[in-house]
Amino acid sequence: MSEKRIALELRGVTKTFGEVVANKNVDLTLHHGEILAILGENGSGKTTLMNMIAGIYYPDEGHIYVDGEEANIRSPKDAFAYGVGMIHQHFKLVDVFSAADNIILGINDGTKYNKKEIAKKVSAIADKYGFHLEPGKKIHEMAVSEKQTVEIIKVLYRGAEILILDEPTAVLTPQETEKLFNVLRNMRDDGKSIIIITHKMHEVMSISDRVAVLRKGEHIATVETAKTTEAELADMMIGKKVSLNIERSEPKNPQRRLTVSNINSKNEDGISVLDNISFEVNSGEILGIAGIAGSGQRELLESIAGLYHLDSGSIVYVDPKTDKEENLRDKNPIQIRELGVRLSFVPEDRLGMGLVGNMDIIDNMMLRSYRRGHSAFLDRSKPRELAENIIKSLEVVTPDAHTPVRRLSGGNVQKVLVGREIAASPSLLMAAYPVRGLDINSSYMIYNLLNKQKESGVAVVFVGEDIDVLIDLCDRILVMNSGKITGIVDARTAKKEEIGLLMTKSTSIAEDEAAQKGGAVNG
Amino acid sequence: MAKQEHKQPLVHIVKRSAMPFKKALAIRAAAIVIALLLCGIIAMMLAKTNPINIYGAMIKGAFGTENKIWNLLQDIAILLCISLAITPAFKMKFWNCGAEGQVLIGGLGAVTVMYFLGGKVAYPVLLIIMIAVSILAGMIWAIIPALFKAQWNTNETLFTLMMNYIATQLVAFCLKSWVKSGSGVLTPMEQYGLPRIGHRYLLNIIVVVVITAIMYVYLKYSKHGYEISVVGESENTAKYIGINVKKVIIRTLLVSGAVCGIAGLLLVGGTDHTITTTTVGGRGFTAIMVSWLAKFNPLVMVLTTFLVVFLQKGSSQMQYDFGVNNAVSDIITAIILFFIIGCEFFINYKVVFRKKEDKAVKEAEQK
Repeated sequence: MSEKRIALELRGVTKTFGEVVANKNVDLTLHHGEILAILGENGSGKTTLMNMIAGIYYPDEGHIYVDGEEANIRSPKDAFAYGVGMIHQHFKLVDVFSAADNIILGINDGTKYNKKEIAKKVSAIADKYGFHLEPGKKIHEMAVSEKQTVEIIKVLYRGAEILILDEPTAVLTPQETEKLFNVLRNMRDDGKSIIIITHKMHEVMSISDRVAVLRKGEHIATVETAKTTEAELADMMIGKKVSLNIERSEPKNPQRRLTVSNINSKNEDGISVLDNISFEVNSGEILGIAGIAGSGQRELLESIAGLYHLDSGSIVYVDPKTDKEENLRDKNPIQIRELGVRLSFVPEDRLGMGLVGNMDIIDNMMLRSYRRGHSAFLDRSKPRELAENIIKSLEVVTPDAHTPVRRLSGGNVQKVLVGREIAASPSLLMAAYPVRGLDINSSYMIYNLLNKQKESGVAVVFVGEDIDVLIDLCDRILVMNSGKITGIVDARTAKKEEIGLLMTKSTSIAEDEAAQKGGAVNG
Repeated sequence: MAKQEHKQPLVHIVKRSAMPFKKALAIRAAAIVIALLLCGIIAMMLAKTNPINIYGAMIKGAFGTENKIWNLLQDIAILLCISLAITPAFKMKFWNCGAEGQVLIGGLGAVTVMYFLGGKVAYPVLLIIMIAVSILAGMIWAIIPALFKAQWNTNETLFTLMMNYIATQLVAFCLKSWVKSGSGVLTPMEQYGLPRIGHRYLLNIIVVVVITAIMYVYLKYSKHGYEISVVGESENTAKYIGINVKKVIIRTLLVSGAVCGIAGLLLVGGTDHTITTTTVGGRGFTAIMVSWLAKFNPLVMVLTTFLVVFLQKGSSQMQYDFGVNNAVSDIITAIILFFIIGCEFFINYKVVFRKKEDKAVKEAEQK
């Protein structure tokens, strides 16, 4: 690659939020006419870093240079003045306005509002790079990919030379992604500099010129895409394995508890959220689910719990006592409970779904059990006992059982929730990110609780983000990406890098098998 | 970076975790004292008299004679009844602004029965039909927006507001077709009203006391009340534990509408024995404030209702005594309410001023 002019440079950029270090001493360079991919796990600080370039956050330390000159970017407006534009993951458009109106919104250059002139200019930009856009179309009539086009043109209209795209392909179909990439390549050839955040390794390989890898807020390395491999990138992204000393026993007498077969679900925009998912969960084992956040883990657990609508497939539960099989699909939580299915679920959103923040611990204990009995009135005596028990046995730090749970710290909130779900003596226990935001001691307490459940014969499903934990705690690990299962591995023999690769792989196991059978040699 | 400044804003607002009950009480008491002082000053300027006289007039307006005390109690009863009616809906975060119409339609139900069946059926039968029709009418008026909300997620605020206009026009239509001549006023039909026990307002007051107790128990100790709280706090949690949110919305609005219907029955069958388009007189909206002020606790609502009714009665006496414009009494009422509601801010939030020395700030940052 020939020597290129530097468009953007970051030197020693650090950003902290309270105690949390989001970015630490990050150096980064972006050349004119190149596409730089940023790769990193959840919480590795990608979005924070980009937000600092786009003027949403201001760095605590460090310097940003645009075209060799130090830039003081304090707001998105400043960023535009430096020719930096960001296309956010969540679009920021006015629904009832047309595309053209959204594009010019907020521009104050003293010119008159002239619909024809604007439409002409918008169309010119669209044609130049190969977009399709009707300037007069209202946003609420648009598909997601069209909205994204509006966002990109909005940035170009303001004269951006540096474009930042935060996970632009997450909302697109493969065909739309290919179209977008063609447009991005056109822009690059036109001399624009592009930063793209994506979790899909094959996209990184196909679109980028160079890749910068972040891990835990730090910049690990920037490499040329042509000179690296997927395995090397996954290695850099995940890091070395750290041993955690979690005691893991062999599953005792494992029996099938849940069979998920070929479940599918598409969201409103027609994107597959769950794509032909099939797996089994056995009693006495912990099945880990790994994947970049938003790969369909939440939807998968919610569909088993009767909270998420499926388009096809089946979810069959096997009763441990009677061996009777029940299909849980299209049943709501009450119907599932009435079937005698002992399913407990620790959702990701603890205070927004698992608990009611403004209610005290006792009333939160009642959430699962208040319906019991024929009386029209509540019986708070048993929930009170349960609350006292959990406070004692799990060492919940709280003034008393009458304290609203929102006043408790994150770890204690989680203890209350996990305690309640385990108290229901489940035969299937699902936990989504149960240690997120918890300190080490609380985390280990949760691991131990899950382990005990497993030893007593419960089938445990554990969605986690720390791969070290998944490898040390689980028996098997299921890896998801973009709503597909990209692999199921034995946790006792799995390598960290292997899981890292699966997390960014874009084809499912089924597709791989089909490809092998067809003898197709692809990528 | 030279230009970069980490200056804190002059004041910033921090949410408090929890305040001891006594301290919160002290803040509320202080707010009322300050409000009364401020009102005194303004009243002195506008009514040209000393504050003692002003407050004396207000107390006289509320408690001056036996008759006034009964009137006060009656007004408290009706306003409290409507406040209790909207409380379950508001607790569920269903913004029912249609109490005005729901009460009015309940009253229309009662008056319709009196008008058409009065003297034609035995009194006990008439009574039963009247009660049933009022409650049913209130329920119907509340269930329509609830169904639309549950099925199509329509905006309940607009919907219930518009239902108020329909109720008003319906009453106007009925009056027009029943009263052919003269003033357009429907002659009171006292003989067909609710039975009188002791003072003419006593029955109303007893009924509302009973409803207050029932509503308190319903919200705090019943499974329905628990479901209302869960749906109001977090619809996601409700779904997670399998509460049928639509069913709870509809059921709660039936309760809300039924109590509104009872309020209409008490207003028409127990007090006025006739109806006009202004029978409810805005109490459907005042009730929203009363209910919020009490944080949806039916027992506290007795106090907040008293406060609001007392201010109304007192300020109208003030107008009469000092010949001031009615705006003055509105100003006084507004100031007192402003302080009472405003002090909640200081109970929930803390205002932090920037420290004067930059050193202190820097030190804090380094930590």
